[in-house]
Amino acid sequence: MHELSVAQNIIDIVKDNVPVNNYTNVKKVLLEVGEFSGIVADSLLFCFDAIKLETPFKNAEMEIRNIPFKLFCNSCKSETTNTFGIRLCDKCKGYDTNIISGTDMKIIEVELDS
Amino acid sequence: MGIITIERKVLEKNDELATQIRNKFKDNNTFVINIVSSPGSGKTSILERTIEVLKSKIKLAVIEGDVQTDFDAKRVEKYNVPVVQIVTNGGCHLDAKLVKDALENIDLKGIKFLVIENVGNLVCPAGYDLGEDYKVVVLSTTEGDDKPLKYPKMFINSSILIINKIDLLPYVNCNVKELRENALKINPNLKIFETSCTTGEGIKEWCSWILENIKD
Repeated sequence: MHELSVAQNIIDIVKDNVPVNNYTNVKKVLLEVGEFSGIVADSLLFCFDAIKLETPFKNAEMEIRNIPFKLFCNSCKSETTNTFGIRLCDKCKGYDTNIISGTDMKIIEVELDS
Repeated sequence: MGIITIERKVLEKNDELATQIRNKFKDNNTFVINIVSSPGSGKTSILERTIEVLKSKIKLAVIEGDVQTDFDAKRVEKYNVPVVQIVTNGGCHLDAKLVKDALENIDLKGIKFLVIENVGNLVCPAGYDLGEDYKVVVLSTTEGDDKPLKYPKMFINSSILIINKIDLLPYVNCNVKELRENALKINPNLKIFETSCTTGEGIKEWCSWILENIKD
């Protein structure tokens, strides 16, 4: 629901971290979006397209790499990937697990073209 | 010019502000909860019952978040408790900047307990740290026992679950045992309370937990 403000955050962070100006174009922004980051990838792409109109983002494409929800089991030390957010270890069926990925949302890299 | 690796969290600005606020709470020894839930689960009613019990014991304050109106702040004001209403004008969640601005209007000195009542929404507020000690998710029996599985992120990110409207159990299709099991599947560390704001059931236990967490 708040993908529009997230898209704006992404543009702000890129501006703050990459030497972009009116003579540099951003070609691509690569994101990693966790399955449980609370963001809908399609909606974020739509919002990014809607607000990127001004240079240096107007030709930018956004690529989203989906990061699965992954658990580490403290009992049997194995990893489980699941799509439901349930903290059950697939192997030993215990619940003593830690979340190791799938809840964050990160900007990984920016491709420029000048 | 090629590819520049930056590896930044998208919500880093919110997280930075949340850390600033958290330090401010720590400096003032203020215990802070962020109450989240769907609209109508009874957040404000729980807050009213909580204020009734705690008002004579500790100094507390409230930040209310709503999409529109100051109805909730008015409900809290009746108890002569400092309250600030944030109106998000359509925004689906509170963020750390809104809370930081609201804190300009609250003198935290001596305030032992601050409640931030988030916008009613079981999705978006989950992702935003407001500098609180704990997120408390309220789920009412009328919403059904499957909600933790349907909205997992809120339960992943919360530490406490309050099952509210427990008095309505005879009339609604909700199995509390299953609700608890579903919630614990998503977050095995959840601490769970059962309350009714109509009969007062469970409010004492909930308030005792708050008092245990108050910092000297």
